[in-house]
Amino acid sequence: MGVMTKTCTRKVAIYGKGGIGKSTTTQNTVAALAEMGKKVMVVGCDPKADSTRLLLGGLAQRTVLDTLREEGEDVDLCDIRKPGFCNTLCVESGGPEPGVGCAGRGIITSINMLEQLGAYEEDENLDYVFYDVLGDVVCGGFAMPIRDGKAQEIYIVCSGEMMAMYAANNICKGIVKFAEAGGVRLGGLICNSRKVDNEKEMIAEFAKRLGTQMIHFVPRDNDVQRAEINKKTVIDWNPQCAQADEYRTLATNIDSNERFVIPQPMAIEDLEKLLLDYGLLA
Amino acid sequence: MSSPKKPDIETVREDLLRKYPTKVARKRAGQIVINRKTEEGVPPEIKANIRTVPGIITQRGCCYAGCKGVVLGPTRDIVNITHGPIGCGFYSWLTRRNQTDPGPDGENFMTYCFSTDMQDEQIIFGGEKKLAAAIQEAYDLFHPKAIAVFSTCPVGLIGDDVHQVCKSMQEKLNINCFGFSCEGYKGVSQSAGHHIANNQLFKHVIGRNDTPPEGKYKITLMGEYNIGGDAFVIEELLDKCGITLVSTFSGNSTISAFERAHTADLNCVMCHRSINYVADMIEKKYGVPWIKVNFIGTESTAKSLRKIAEYFGDPKLSEQVETVIAEEIEATEPIRQEIHERCQDKLAMLFVGGSRAHHYQDLFAEIGMKTLAAGYEFAHRDDYEGRRVLPSITIDADSRNIEELAVEADPDKYSPRKSEQELADLIQNGMPVKGYEGMMSQMEEETLVIDDISHWESERLIELYKPAVFCAGIKEKYAIQKMCVPSKQLHSYDYGGPYAGFAGAVNFWRDIDRMVGARVWTYIQAPWQKQDYPALEAELVHTGSSEC
Repeated sequence: MGVMTKTCTRKVAIYGKGGIGKSTTTQNTVAALAEMGKKVMVVGCDPKADSTRLLLGGLAQRTVLDTLREEGEDVDLCDIRKPGFCNTLCVESGGPEPGVGCAGRGIITSINMLEQLGAYEEDENLDYVFYDVLGDVVCGGFAMPIRDGKAQEIYIVCSGEMMAMYAANNICKGIVKFAEAGGVRLGGLICNSRKVDNEKEMIAEFAKRLGTQMIHFVPRDNDVQRAEINKKTVIDWNPQCAQADEYRTLATNIDSNERFVIPQPMAIEDLEKLLLDYGLLA
Repeated sequence: MSSPKKPDIETVREDLLRKYPTKVARKRAGQIVINRKTEEGVPPEIKANIRTVPGIITQRGCCYAGCKGVVLGPTRDIVNITHGPIGCGFYSWLTRRNQTDPGPDGENFMTYCFSTDMQDEQIIFGGEKKLAAAIQEAYDLFHPKAIAVFSTCPVGLIGDDVHQVCKSMQEKLNINCFGFSCEGYKGVSQSAGHHIANNQLFKHVIGRNDTPPEGKYKITLMGEYNIGGDAFVIEELLDKCGITLVSTFSGNSTISAFERAHTADLNCVMCHRSINYVADMIEKKYGVPWIKVNFIGTESTAKSLRKIAEYFGDPKLSEQVETVIAEEIEATEPIRQEIHERCQDKLAMLFVGGSRAHHYQDLFAEIGMKTLAAGYEFAHRDDYEGRRVLPSITIDADSRNIEELAVEADPDKYSPRKSEQELADLIQNGMPVKGYEGMMSQMEEETLVIDDISHWESERLIELYKPAVFCAGIKEKYAIQKMCVPSKQLHSYDYGGPYAGFAGAVNFWRDIDRMVGARVWTYIQAPWQKQDYPALEAELVHTGSSEC
């Protein structure tokens, strides 16, 4: 990357049901993009602050909100942004302990702080910013990454399990709301396989019904787990393994994606029928 | 200045409603009522204590204002901490002009403004730690007998548990420490805050000290907030009569007095709306009856003193009360007559509070002024129509949101001051035991009663009737005065007061006399504006109703 060209930063938000594998998928995809030579920043929007662990090698980093609390007004970008695997930039928004305060407000404050500090400025030459957002869209704060053009494209991680699809459909409703006002678009569904019957076909069909695409089907592989135990992404831990190639494909698909839509969320009855149809095929 | 011909009241009512969209008009129609009583004197039903339609400019305040500002604000020796961003604390800092005697110990914290000054950080991570630190800091600085914590809107949204913090600080500091979940958004008006304040006072304060003060005729005064020094006047009056004031809720009050309030033998309720809950609960738990009194207006003051004397049934007390009344009336009567000459037949409108719009009609009547239209900001139907409607008030979701304490007679402390027969006899003789007839019963026929009046309705009424004075609060005052009509604030009394009792009545008459007699109001408009005023664009049809 010797030549300095004006970079147009793609801002991507990853949503999905809690526990579906958003953080794992995000970090593995980011690792693949970084390997391709892209400059990527990851912003973890989860109070647990565990969205950048694999990129940082388990390094516990100070969150934006903790820093803000401890340093007061005098915060520097380098205080809250740590370099991770392959020159990725890692930020954790952070937030309150479970059961107190307002995590949503925390995310709003945190993203505003990043903006003020110039984390998104042109001279940062970022190719990508990834927002890894907690669970479903629960309140205004968690919708922050897709408001006001902060993220332009969204990928929803899901699987063939009913609740994951139900959550994906709900997230689409949220996207519709903000798409009309802002311009955020759905880039596709990432199927993080749970080895459900007919999973690939069902999610492909589900994506079609939503008016989008299944950007990639990531098969279930224990190598992901092994890499995680080692606090690494799959590409970092074993670049030759088959699963590493899956993430490379996902990264390439995202990088070349040109299909961005306002989704058409499904009626619950239709969604249930879809599940029934594909479930009974087995 | 020639007064415009008085328009027909039905036409005025229709005119007020015509501007609204259908659904809003339907709702407001229930809140704008012409006072036409049945032959038995039963006033018509009015809709009250319901949500204000968004978009309407209302006079109402918030739940926090009712709890912290109204009920607890006037107590001098409780450190009242506002848990929230600084604005709520700052704008409720002595703005009601509650006065206080600093007492022999000089423990007066009313002049301070305590707030946790919540910042972004507390919103995100929770404010409980900062609240605990604030309580500690207040304690270290002042060593007060009690600390109270008032929740503002964000506290409810992020779920800070103020009660738990208070409880642990109470254990740590060994002083009374209690919290109020009086987030501004609760209920439809400040009325919700009164109820919440009443509940917590009853739970955490009243009944902690069973030693009664010395005195033969012991009463409490409830719903008197010592605005402009009202309580001082009443205290002096009671003292002259030989009546012992155990506690006032909460003008010129102390926490120690609150703690033994239940040792009084009679509770006298001034502002029914803001304090009737405590009066009811004390009666249930300790057996102390309450009566409705009113110390605004000389006649009402005299009547209230006589009722108190009658309750105690001691001829010596009645004699003393009569002596005091005679003395006072002798001093006030010549002044009243002189002012009556100048003010009689002038029109007043009162849109304020939950009892003030009623009580102050007495003062106006005494100088011959007519109350043509009146209404409350936050009262309920019982304050308009009287407590007999209580069983028929529908409890809506907004009211259900406010805790209703289940109170039972205390096994040790319950001691009925009067037997049921004695109470029945008193009621038979016209004693307002647990009774309030409401504003409408006392108001003249064919007057307008408007609940939660909107800015549009106020403006229109002023245009149509051009009253001599319009009583409201600070938010309305200057809008009214720009229409060349003087406005008297009955929340804070502007810079005046006291207006209670006999001495206070004289102050009020003099202030009103000056206001309605001042020529300054005719000079407000520029010469080129005068042509059209007050003819305006009103399209009123006279239907031949009788002229006053």
